[in-house]
Amino acid sequence: MSMAAIRWISGPVLRATVRGPFFLRECVRVGPRHLLGEVVRIDGDEITVQVYEDTTGLRPGTLIEGEGNPLAIRVGPALLGNIYDGLLRPLTGIDARVTAGARPAPAARLAFRPSRKAGATVRGGESLGEVSLPGRRTLACLVPPDLEGELVAIQEAGEYDDTQPVASVRTADGREVGVAMSHAWPVRVPRPVARRLPTREPLVTGQRILDALFPVALGGKAAIPGGFGTGKTVLLEALAKGCAADVIVYLGCGERGNEMAGVLEELPQLVDPRTERKLMERTVIIANTSNMPVAAREASIYSAITVAEYFRDQGLHVALMADSTSRWAEALREVSGRFGELPGEGGYPAYLSSRLAEFYERAALVETLSGSRGSVTVMGAISPPSGDFSEPVTSHTKRYVRAFWALDVKRAQARFYPAVHPLQSYSEDAAEFAPWWSENGNTQWLELRRRFLTLLDEQSRLERMAKIIGKDALPARQQLTLACADLVNEAFLRQNAFAPKDRVAGPAKQAAMMRITGRFIELSTQAVAAGVAPDRITRLACLRPLARMGEEIGDGEMEKFDAVASALETEFHDLIPAPEARDEAAAAG
Amino acid sequence: MKPRLLAEGCATRLAGPLLFLKRTVDVGLNEAVEVKGADGRTRLGRVAAADEETLTIEVLENTAGLGLADVVVRFVGQPLEFALGPGILGRVFDGVGRVIDGGPPIPAREAYPIEGLPWNPVARGVPRDFIETGVSAIDLMNSLVRGQKLPIFSGGGLPHDRMAADIATNARLPRGAAGDFAIVFAGMGLPHDSAEFFRRRLEQGGALERTALFLNLAADSSTQRLLTPRYALTAAEYLAFVEGKHVLAILTDMTNYCEALREVSSSKGEIPSRKGFPGYLYSDLATLYERAGCVHGAKGTLTQLSILTMPSDDITHPIPDLTGYITEGQIVLSRDLDRRGVNPPVNVLPSLSRLMKDGTGERYTHRDHPALASQLYSAYARAVQTRVLAAVVGEDGLSEADRRYLAFGEGFERNLVHQAGARSFAESMEAGWRLLKGLPHAELTRLSDEQIARYLAKA
Ligand SMILES: Nc1ncnc2c1ncn2[C@@H]1O[C@H](COP(=O)(O)OP(=O)(O)O)[C@@H](O)[C@H]1O
Ligand SMILES: [Mg+2]
Repeated sequence: MSMAAIRWISGPVLRATVRGPFFLRECVRVGPRHLLGEVVRIDGDEITVQVYEDTTGLRPGTLIEGEGNPLAIRVGPALLGNIYDGLLRPLTGIDARVTAGARPAPAARLAFRPSRKAGATVRGGESLGEVSLPGRRTLACLVPPDLEGELVAIQEAGEYDDTQPVASVRTADGREVGVAMSHAWPVRVPRPVARRLPTREPLVTGQRILDALFPVALGGKAAIPGGFGTGKTVLLEALAKGCAADVIVYLGCGERGNEMAGVLEELPQLVDPRTERKLMERTVIIANTSNMPVAAREASIYSAITVAEYFRDQGLHVALMADSTSRWAEALREVSGRFGELPGEGGYPAYLSSRLAEFYERAALVETLSGSRGSVTVMGAISPPSGDFSEPVTSHTKRYVRAFWALDVKRAQARFYPAVHPLQSYSEDAAEFAPWWSENGNTQWLELRRRFLTLLDEQSRLERMAKIIGKDALPARQQLTLACADLVNEAFLRQNAFAPKDRVAGPAKQAAMMRITGRFIELSTQAVAAGVAPDRITRLACLRPLARMGEEIGDGEMEKFDAVASALETEFHDLIPAPEARDEAAAAG
Repeated sequence: MKPRLLAEGCATRLAGPLLFLKRTVDVGLNEAVEVKGADGRTRLGRVAAADEETLTIEVLENTAGLGLADVVVRFVGQPLEFALGPGILGRVFDGVGRVIDGGPPIPAREAYPIEGLPWNPVARGVPRDFIETGVSAIDLMNSLVRGQKLPIFSGGGLPHDRMAADIATNARLPRGAAGDFAIVFAGMGLPHDSAEFFRRRLEQGGALERTALFLNLAADSSTQRLLTPRYALTAAEYLAFVEGKHVLAILTDMTNYCEALREVSSSKGEIPSRKGFPGYLYSDLATLYERAGCVHGAKGTLTQLSILTMPSDDITHPIPDLTGYITEGQIVLSRDLDRRGVNPPVNVLPSLSRLMKDGTGERYTHRDHPALASQLYSAYARAVQTRVLAAVVGEDGLSEADRRYLAFGEGFERNLVHQAGARSFAESMEAGWRLLKGLPHAELTRLSDEQIARYLAKA
């Protein structure tokens, strides 16, 4: 291993004189506590190193050791259900205060059952056998993506440490390489796939406003920009709990420690209704809170997406939530400033945009190396300074994502959640998903979606007008438009992340609610056309149960929606007198 | 034994707070130093950077009066520490933890690094349980929870000092013993008058014995201001996690702190970010605010209520903006309400307590509290919207329902937000239900039928 000695140090950046070769992005260990760092620049006999831990106590002359490989993390089945720091070192089983210094990950004991025989030719990404761990789904023991050769030995079924080789592969150049149930992978290198697949399927999030109005594709990418307190974290957590993915990678990047503690406490108590298993079992949490070292925050986003890709390579659908990508960008800015790089827009380095692009490009629906289908869907929160969406991180991210969920301060202040702004948000793939919804019990999805969006758009125009002339001065039809838009908001889009029955809404519940809301719009339009005054409609008794149906009717109680729907029909029936009834009334009078 | 190293006569340059020395001793980054000038005064500092020839010392107190020839630097061999022990309540300290009340020194049991170390998120307990402040706009609408960090966003001339003193005096744990509660008060860049005001008010209210007071006055150096919250929070952590108390730390005024940070950063020649503040303002503030919390296995908790004045009342200014991104909500004061005589002038719409759901409801306050708060919010938001409408089309142009919302809005500000003295939680709830009685019941969609029947049915 090459060595170097510190020549200059300030904060998380140091320069050192080398004694031996180093390469760019090589992982290094600094000083007696073996702090983790990465070579970011080489200039003659001097390297610049970004250190991922607190550098207190380091001094000129302190020695640095090169690891001979790029910054890498160990990925394996045992990650599920656990919490790690930004460099994927376990946070469980260590002190209450995070201190700097080497923390070797303890090996996990897992059950292995071989499925291949010695003599077989194996390729990267293929499975050598099943790995099972108590209370978790069975996964595959994957050949590392960059390995190929003849399987010369494989262990019998049994329990092994996940870092200990269970098989041995002889490569074309005659090397014998041990394969364990977990393997190391460099975080900044995307894991290879057979090919990327086009996606015509949404990732169902369980949030009505997203699934109905601004759906994200399976293997797609979505951004959630919003000022502080607009609901980014609550929304990401709701997605982590409710979205229809097999594995969740939840990254807390430069955010609050209490939020991580909250997730850690809550997930083990919740059960995934689709699998009947604890939600924690499908989740990997990566936490680099705002008070942890900044340089590690920069690396944490790559650790997270590498973990997500690993589970994708298992043929699973993975959702990655990153809260918040702005903190990652700021870490990039801070570290870049320490290198003395020229600042660009907003003080960010000029490569901010390309780094964002690289990150979001790693989201995809793919055919894995072993021929199965897997995906990584990325959902990233953005924390724009002053809530101003024209800043660099939001505007660059916008170029790379296909779903944009803009959170609105006004809605949040009125405690209307999720505070997704219906006019500033968009989904570029929505039209693709109509067939999927048809197959899943919502044939009117596209039509009702268009209907709702049109209403919300008209509402904003009419409200401006009402501000000038007064609501009562609007023609009946426009008053009705306002009433219907209100209903779409209150009865359909509003969804309290803490309401036990409404945290997550399955496709069937969403379809029922969409249908009932649509039916109200239809009937009330007919009523107004038949001469009924709009304020008689806004006084209908069925409006209250309608506005509360989300909160009061759970996923397993679909029959209750029939009651709401039939009350609706009856009340409108009474409101719009049938022609004969009208004649009779005239005759009697 | 800690190494005691001295460097004499090797200072080469002084620039603002930075002192450059020829490197004659082997010391590490961030280690503390004591810098003594010809004036005989000792100033705290730390090693900010080092290369083979030079040490860069950041002097953390006023450098006026220092010269190159006669400066003596003593290296402590480790980062700055604060030695603490029993009996710090009832005492007054300066901005760097030195006793200034004329009493005996603190019997130091153990020294703690003032920077603290980040909590492992796994060790954190989720903040739960309610702290009653006596302020309805907080208790009912934006409840404060043990272990939370909830700042007050104020503006110059608004009564935030009075509010802070009231809370320090009236705050209590409805489900805890009085002796379990302690206050750490840190004044940063405080004018002499305000410092006196706080001391007097705490004394009169009988709260001084349960308070440790840290005072960095406006006349003290701005570099020292950066240390004050660190000393105060170290004391707060000691009280919470060693002595097992529920501590409320009141830090005021964070704007002075941030301005000191900007000043020091620019004198170091760092590249400024928004409004001249350093790019690391977020991370720096986080190292302070994140020291609030609960820890598994610890009896005490640390709650933070910091006060900041928004420059030009601008909530998008980097100081409130970055604070809001770190803290668990904010209480926003409004000049408009203050002008209209509402006291405390809390504007509840932009205010928020993110942890409210964890510290309220059946187990901590009242079963119907969350629904009541949510309904009041939604109705008040509509009232404010209607007010805008009424300003244009006149009240006559409003529907009957809208007029009722208008009246609700007035009542909400006059009879709920405004209060003559401290209110108990039950009184706040009472006031809330009373206000809702005036609204059309069918529109109260945040309440269940049962809640409407129970609280709003006409007697
Ligand atoms: N979907 C939701 N349902 C209910 N309450 C919500 C929802 N989203 C946000 N909130 C409320 O808003 C507060 C702030 O949300 P949070 O996600 O922490 O904001 P951000 O991460 O954008 O700063 C939460 O503490 C919660 O009270
Ligand atoms: Mg957040």
